[in-house]
Amino acid sequence: MVVKAVETPNIGFDFSNHARNQFLGQRLQGTPKATSTGTTIVGVIFGGGDSGEEAGVCLGADTRATGGPIVADKNCEKIHYLTPQIRCCGAGTAADTEFVTNLISSNLELHALSQGRPARIVTAMTMLKQYLFRYQGHVGAHLVLGGVDSTGPHLFTVHAHGSTDKLPYVTMGSGSLAAMAVFESSFKENMTRAEAVALVARAIRSGIFNDLGSGSNVDVAVITKSGTEMLRNYETPNERSNKSRNYKFRRGTTAWTKENVRSLIVSEDVKITTGAGKDQGGFEAKQVPTGAGVGGEEGMDLDS
Amino acid sequence: MALYAQPPTSYSDPTTAPIEHRFNPYSDNGGSILAIAGKDFSVIAGDTRQSEGYNIQTRYARKVWQLTDKVVLATNGFSADGNNFVKRVKQRLEWYEHAHHKPMGLKSIARMIQTLLYGKRFFPYYVYNILGGIEEDGSGAVYSFDPVGSYEREACRAAGAAQSLIQPFLDNQVYFKNQQPEPGAAPFVAGNLPLSTILSLVVDSFTSATERHIEVGDGMEIYVVMNKGRTTDDLIGPGILSEGMHVEELGALGEGGGERTFLVTSPLKRD
Repeated sequence: MVVKAVETPNIGFDFSNHARNQFLGQRLQGTPKATSTGTTIVGVIFGGGDSGEEAGVCLGADTRATGGPIVADKNCEKIHYLTPQIRCCGAGTAADTEFVTNLISSNLELHALSQGRPARIVTAMTMLKQYLFRYQGHVGAHLVLGGVDSTGPHLFTVHAHGSTDKLPYVTMGSGSLAAMAVFESSFKENMTRAEAVALVARAIRSGIFNDLGSGSNVDVAVITKSGTEMLRNYETPNERSNKSRNYKFRRGTTAWTKENVRSLIVSEDVKITTGAGKDQGGFEAKQVPTGAGVGGEEGMDLDS
Repeated sequence: MALYAQPPTSYSDPTTAPIEHRFNPYSDNGGSILAIAGKDFSVIAGDTRQSEGYNIQTRYARKVWQLTDKVVLATNGFSADGNNFVKRVKQRLEWYEHAHHKPMGLKSIARMIQTLLYGKRFFPYYVYNILGGIEEDGSGAVYSFDPVGSYEREACRAAGAAQSLIQPFLDNQVYFKNQQPEPGAAPFVAGNLPLSTILSLVVDSFTSATERHIEVGDGMEIYVVMNKGRTTDDLIGPGILSEGMHVEELGALGEGGGERTFLVTSPLKRD
């Protein structure tokens, strides 16, 4: 009797790629691993409604850059320029966030020039996600994109694999949970500009103090129809205290095995002549040793 | 939708590729410790942050423990093992005192810690220990251990997350490595630094490690064990400790042999 294979129902998850991924995992250096993003970046939309203030976007970032558990940069800039009215906060691989924002910024400028009007936020968002999707997450840029254009304020998150979200308040990076906890408890619609800046700073501070991947200072950017205000180091709650000892070394502390002092000052005689072919009295061709140190080939005299 | 007309072999026959699930009993809780010995005193210090991954579990977890009137132990690594190890050491010290009517000496505690650690050679305590205190002859001493019991007496030692940041600094400042004395001057003598200098080196070690290592911070505890009869003028008094630092004397645990232990605390950056 022939047993018929049980037909698998075509509902739920599709595991048809599992065998292929396992095969690739064996062939390559293991299956891809997610890289952590030591950063807190946030954004909120404010104004509009009956707040009596013009609508805008407020972005925030911490300033710590890490390489594993070591702090690589204590005061780096994570709010990147795209256009005069669009900024982009970056988390993830530092080089990727830097290059992807530079490239898109350049393309947005060309786009604005060819179309004769400023590029919109959705345009920036689409360019970013299409670029990132093409690299299947290998370009490790996790972004918070915000700005104001002819259609009003807009705020997006863009993930490294190319997915995007459009929300009134967003957070990303390893400190995203700490920052989102603040937003979920205190976000209101139609906040004033001052309220928005204060909330963003509090969200970043929450990341700085509760997430080990984030630290140092708070950077804030406020974008409205009338322009962008970059508040670099808006708060500096982690200033270094003075060292209790002086570590200046005495001159000559470092030992050496040999000493070789060479003079780099070269003196040469210059004969002043006037007129071409004039007889230069007292001049005689002199044989000089060549290859004897600096200027030897040029026949210069070395002062000793 | 299925990619294969027939399900792949691993799909139809799950026994060919068994899935192994393993429990990892260890974790790394970050932080750093260090100890420096002086002529007639010993300084043992640690930060108070306990973390796992990017999360802070607590901003105050003890890593440095007073064992007897002249011995202090610092533990670092997997804190659950560290706490349990200290508990076992303290119990053995109590048994010793019941049996011999005197507290165990520093070098004996060091040897006991070795046997305790090696006793779990094939399921080790994932802990780096640094033991400091006053030796039988009244000199300051530091003993450092690896997780399975290899140990050595030294003048100074750093361990933990920021070991690679602090130890080279200590080698330079305590052992005078890579430093040439002034021509005609007497050669450097390793160790034997005054208490005020050692205290400054400890504080600067931790503030600097806090700047550059994400797992170090929140606060520090510095234990100073002094030999009997030694002056305390270089620790207690106005203008000796910098602002924000606090010092208290810990009362004698046993009969009181004259040795004195002080606890200096100071806040560190919390980011």
